[in-house]
Amino acid sequence: MNDMTPPKDERAVALKGLGASRKRVEDVRFTQGKGNYVDDLKLPGMLFGDFVRSPYAHARIKSINSEKAKALPGVVAVLTAADLAPLNLHWMPTLAGDVQMVLADGKVLFQGQEVAFVVANDRYVAADAVELVEVEYEELPVVVDPFKAQAPDAPVLREDLAGKTSGAHGPRRHHNHIFTWEQGDRDATEKVLSSADVVAEEMVYYHRTHPCPLETCGCVASMDKVNGKLTVHGTFQAPHAVRTVASLISGIAEHNIRIISPDIGGGFGNKVGVYPGYICAIVASIVTGKPVKWIEDRMENLMATAFARDYWMKGRISATKDGRITGLSCHVTADHGAFDACADPTKFPAGFFNICTGSYDIPVAHLAVDGVYTNKAPGGVAYRCSFRVTEAAYFIERMIEVLAIKLGMDAAELRTKNFIRKDQFPYQSALGWEYDSGDYHTAWDKALKAVDYAGLRREQADRIADFKAGKTRKLLGIGLTHFTEIVGAGPVKNCDILGLGMFDSCEIRIHPTGSAIARLGTISQGQGHATTFAQILASEIGLPADDITVEEGDTDTAPYGLGTYGSRSTPVAGAATAMAGRKIRAKAQMIAAYLLEVHDDDVEWDIDRFVVKGAPERFKTMKEIAFAAYNQAIPGLEPGLEAVSYYDPPNMTYPFGAYICVMEIDVDTGEHKVRQFYALDDCGTRINPMIIEGQVHGGATEGYAIAMGQEIAYDEIGNVKTGTLMDFFLPTAWETPHYTTDFTVTPSPHHPIGAKGVGESPNVGSVPAFSNAVHDAFRAFGLTQSHMPHDHWRIWKVAHDLGLHG
Amino acid sequence: MSKMHITLTVNGKQEELLAEPRELLIHVLRERLSITGPHIGCETSHCGACTVDMNGKSVKSCTVLAAQANGAEITTIEGLGTPDSLHVLQTMFREHHGLQCGFCTPGMITRAYRLLQENPDPSEEEIRYAMAGNLCRCTGYQNIVKAIMAAASELNAVKEAAQ
Ligand code: FES
Ligand code: FES
Repeated sequence: MNDMTPPKDERAVALKGLGASRKRVEDVRFTQGKGNYVDDLKLPGMLFGDFVRSPYAHARIKSINSEKAKALPGVVAVLTAADLAPLNLHWMPTLAGDVQMVLADGKVLFQGQEVAFVVANDRYVAADAVELVEVEYEELPVVVDPFKAQAPDAPVLREDLAGKTSGAHGPRRHHNHIFTWEQGDRDATEKVLSSADVVAEEMVYYHRTHPCPLETCGCVASMDKVNGKLTVHGTFQAPHAVRTVASLISGIAEHNIRIISPDIGGGFGNKVGVYPGYICAIVASIVTGKPVKWIEDRMENLMATAFARDYWMKGRISATKDGRITGLSCHVTADHGAFDACADPTKFPAGFFNICTGSYDIPVAHLAVDGVYTNKAPGGVAYRCSFRVTEAAYFIERMIEVLAIKLGMDAAELRTKNFIRKDQFPYQSALGWEYDSGDYHTAWDKALKAVDYAGLRREQADRIADFKAGKTRKLLGIGLTHFTEIVGAGPVKNCDILGLGMFDSCEIRIHPTGSAIARLGTISQGQGHATTFAQILASEIGLPADDITVEEGDTDTAPYGLGTYGSRSTPVAGAATAMAGRKIRAKAQMIAAYLLEVHDDDVEWDIDRFVVKGAPERFKTMKEIAFAAYNQAIPGLEPGLEAVSYYDPPNMTYPFGAYICVMEIDVDTGEHKVRQFYALDDCGTRINPMIIEGQVHGGATEGYAIAMGQEIAYDEIGNVKTGTLMDFFLPTAWETPHYTTDFTVTPSPHHPIGAKGVGESPNVGSVPAFSNAVHDAFRAFGLTQSHMPHDHWRIWKVAHDLGLHG
Repeated sequence: MSKMHITLTVNGKQEELLAEPRELLIHVLRERLSITGPHIGCETSHCGACTVDMNGKSVKSCTVLAAQANGAEITTIEGLGTPDSLHVLQTMFREHHGLQCGFCTPGMITRAYRLLQENPDPSEEEIRYAMAGNLCRCTGYQNIVKAIMAAASELNAVKEAAQ
């Protein structure tokens, strides 16, 4: 080091690497209205597609007459299943090993199902033409209840599966049954449960809801007949997987398909699946030779693409008299709708629901999940969660509360007593996972202290006394949650989607002047990848984050990867980024040693340069090394400075957190007010604290919506009752609570930089925190379980049924 | 359908076009004028992604017919600042991490711009109330509120210094 060299910490800060609350690079264009979302795209001669959808939940199609529609000036084509059948595209494979109709083939199975696809030169004309297509239906009996769907005489929904006694996930025992998935030890669990001191039993329902990103799904398909190349711009959370699937089902060679995910206006799981709209737009473009745009409207989005949850979870949990948990059993009835279109890794038809032992050391457990068909929309996506982890966290965090009631014990104390201890990690769970790291007691104690838990309980006791004395009509609920997630799918040995291993990738090119471009197999939908991945790299290769461009989403340029969902970007692609950076550094070391005329081992890394060991005044900065890589002939080394890494994680990561919600509830109106919401997250190494905090705010707000009002509801004949934003609750700034965020740091031992991922933790953790607050408010009056969403009416009803209205 | 002759001033520029009587302002802006800052999130006036400023008022342009906007003065996100001279709100939204996917952002900022004209020194509660017509699915609003408060104090400081 010479006099001109700034001190280490100054140089580190200048890089804006790991740990910096770096401002987001994406924001410059977004704040100026210069984002590039799919509906912004306009190609010459572009046509518009729109769907004729079924008004019925279950009906046979007797005829489709599109003559009037075709006669409307501006209409170019009307596609039906009969048009797609010769191409074998009237059905498509789902991500869950089932098949789904692209356009209704003989019958419809849910309200809003795609029946015909109209293509016109203007979106108004397309909408007019939709009205002119005449479809004659014959109504069939409808089943919306997954329990009734399993009755021996229940209507047969999937006639295409007649006689098939087994599906993608094993035997089917009924015509509306999809699969049974079992984990753990049934006999051992039953034995423990039947001889336990205390057993608490409850049915916990996690209702059907929807990710509802502000931008709906859509695409622009463009078949270039001259070059034989198909380009599809679309709202895809997994562009490479879409390319492979598109190639497999269309027969177009994969190199002739280019999938581009432009800026995406939020995904939250909604944009993982492959929808009929994409297929129809592609076919229409092939047929017409023109680009075809399809953008669903909000009602179509809520009715037809990607519902989430809808899990009926029957639990039994046992404990000793003093509150040590001894066993857990769970049976889930999973309502998958008309087609099994869950976006789960192939071997996990119920996702990672077997994380349902949560943060607790439960010696023995058993889980069985039954998937069932009903006359509802397909989906079952991971709405801001890693494959059914939200359902699992909600289940166990409700069961803990129910057990606490049964034991007459404080729910915080019950948790403390049963947490997996720090020294037990890596921890083998009874349902098959190896938790990588955790320090639950430290996080929990920090959280309880931060909210003055003992003080809150005293206040609550006073409130109950006042309520009973007629001095107030408001109750106080304290909602506790300690969640453990499993994210970062995942090891290729057990995680794949349609046979594609769930690794991810990063390719880096260093330019001669010391700036760089990194391309990844993932795609941001607001998570700020262009900002954070550059930070990971800045710390690894010693070039300022501001000089590193991050590019994602174009399958012609980005390396293959499985995309962004399930909080897998940081655990998997983030790791690939660090590893590719390390390859760059390894080569840079050789270049530096050559330039400094010493042996490779005689130089060491120092923030942004290699220095000669013991002679710090002799060094080469990464910038100098980058230039040398392109202008010097170095014996034994190829010119250039590039690297690519495909990272197959050895394990998943297990972020965790402690959330506490304090809620005031008006017994007479059912209204609530969140007085305090404290969220402590441990996501391992923190890359960008500002972005982490933003993710927590956003995820907790989605959780707030889900717990307190948001649902996709059906009436008994299968009409969607919540198909617009009038009925489907999205909280505004007015209702949304204020959040206090906090953290502990327990790095993942197997991740190159120790990061675990955070995007989904707040959704996973906040739903039980809000729901438990509602339950807790009424605990003293005898409530053990009431189903979400806890809208005003339902809370009022709880109070009413408990006799609190006098 | 016979078309209507419509003139508009959009971001200071005079525009003249033919539109169907049923055509919505958002579609005229996005499809005919290629002003794609305002977005479509619902087309039912719930989400606010399409918010623009029309004759000094915030409107949801998915619920205004182009014909109703005839002769109007319209400002969209594209008209609030330039790359070299951003509006304070644009700077503060970035500074305080008031956006994630960015889809709500043009409508949000355009609405906040009008709010600060109507109430230059709003409280947190007033901001939350006045912004309730604009939905955001990503941020949980906390940093949006922060950004608007920061913009308000910055604008007020500039005003004070000028006096
Ligand atoms: S698109 Fe206009 S309010 Fe939603
Ligand atoms: S930033 Fe995504 S909707 Fe607001």
